[in-house]
Amino acid sequence: MEKLHLEYPAGAPATQRVLVGVVASGDLEILITPAPAGRCHITIHSAADGSATRWRAQLERLFADGKAAAMQMEINDFAATPGVISLRLAQALEELSA
Amino acid sequence: MSHRQDITCLLQGHSFIELSARERAHSLLDAGSSRELAGPFDRQYSPWLSAQGIVAQADDGVVICKGLLDGQPAVVAAIEGGFQGGSLGEVGGAKLACALELAAADNRQSIPTRAVILFETGGVRLQEANLGLAAIAEIHSAIADLSRYQPVVGIIAGTVGCFGGMSIAAGMCSYLIVTREARLGLNGPQVIEQEAGMAEYDSRNRPFIWSLTGGEQRQACGLADALVEDDTPLIRQQLLDFIACGLPAEPRHRRSQHMLQRLLTMDSTTQADAASARQLFQSGARP
Repeated sequence: MEKLHLEYPAGAPATQRVLVGVVASGDLEILITPAPAGRCHITIHSAADGSATRWRAQLERLFADGKAAAMQMEINDFAATPGVISLRLAQALEELSA
Repeated sequence: MSHRQDITCLLQGHSFIELSARERAHSLLDAGSSRELAGPFDRQYSPWLSAQGIVAQADDGVVICKGLLDGQPAVVAAIEGGFQGGSLGEVGGAKLACALELAAADNRQSIPTRAVILFETGGVRLQEANLGLAAIAEIHSAIADLSRYQPVVGIIAGTVGCFGGMSIAAGMCSYLIVTREARLGLNGPQVIEQEAGMAEYDSRNRPFIWSLTGGEQRQACGLADALVEDDTPLIRQQLLDFIACGLPAEPRHRRSQHMLQRLLTMDSTTQADAASARQLFQSGARP
C-alpha cells in the first residue's frame, strides 16, 4: 500500500462535500470536503505500489492551474486503472460544481 | 421475449443489483426521508486493514440510513458487496448491530422503528477475525431482540450473495426477499469444493451453484419468503407488503423443527441435487 500527499494552489473554498465511488476491485472512492481558500490537499491511499509518478501526472493535469476550489480530497484506491481514475475524478469534480 | 423486448426492458428497468449499497438504502426509504448515520465523512475506518496493507473505505462498507418506510420510522442497513466482498469487520459490524439495537430501544419507548438489512456479504472479515465474529454474534442477538417488536426484513439481491455467519442473520429475519441472482449459503462454493472435492461440488460450474444455492431454489425450499425480479420498485413493494403483514406468527429462527425433520428423512446414500432438495423441503407438514 502506498500513501501520498499532494498539494496544489486553489481558489475559493469548495461549497459542499462530495463522495463518489467504492473501494472495490479496480475502483476507488473519493471524498471531498471544503478547505480554507488557496490550497488543495490531496491524500491518496493506493493499493498499487509504485504508482506515485502516475498519480502526480494525473492530478497535475487537473489541479496545476490553481483554478480548482480549495478542498481536502481523500482518495482510497483499490488498484483502479488510469481510465477509471480519470472518470472518478471527473465525476467528483462535476458533483462538486453541481 | 424477443431480443428487442429484452433490451427495451433492460434500458427502462431500474435494476436494484446495479445500485451501490448507499443508493440501495436511499431507494427503499420514502423519498426525501433518508439520512445517513455514521457516514463516510465521519471517517470511521477499520483500524485493522491499513495495518495489514489493505486500503480501507471511509464507511467500512456498511451504510446505515434512518428514515421512513410508508410513513413509519425505519432504519436500513446496507452492506457494500464491492468492498472486501461485503465482509463484516469490527467497525461495519458494530454499525449494523448498533442500528438494530437502537431500533429495538426505540420500540421500548413506543417508537415503532422497523429494520431492513441488505445482505451482500461473504460473512466475517478474515483480517479482523474474532472482532468480526463477535460483531456478527451481536447482530444475531439484535435481530432476535428487535423481531419481538417489529418485522426485520432481509433482502439478498446479489451478486455477492449472503454467506457465513451473515447467512444465519438472514435466516433469523422475519421475512427474507431474494432475487434469482442472489445466493444464500453457510459456506461459499469454493469452501465446499475444498472440503468435498471438485467431483462433488465444482465451484466454477455457475448453473450448478445457482441451482443449489440461488435465490429461486432457496425460495422454493422455504428458506426465503419471496422471489422478486431485479427491479427497485418491485423489491420496495414486496418490502412494504411484508411490513404491512406485521410480525410472523412465530419468528423464523423458532421454526427450525420443520427443517430438522426434513433433514432427518433425507437419504444421504444418493447424491442430492437441486430437484431432490426441493422435493425434500417441500414435503411434510409446513410450520
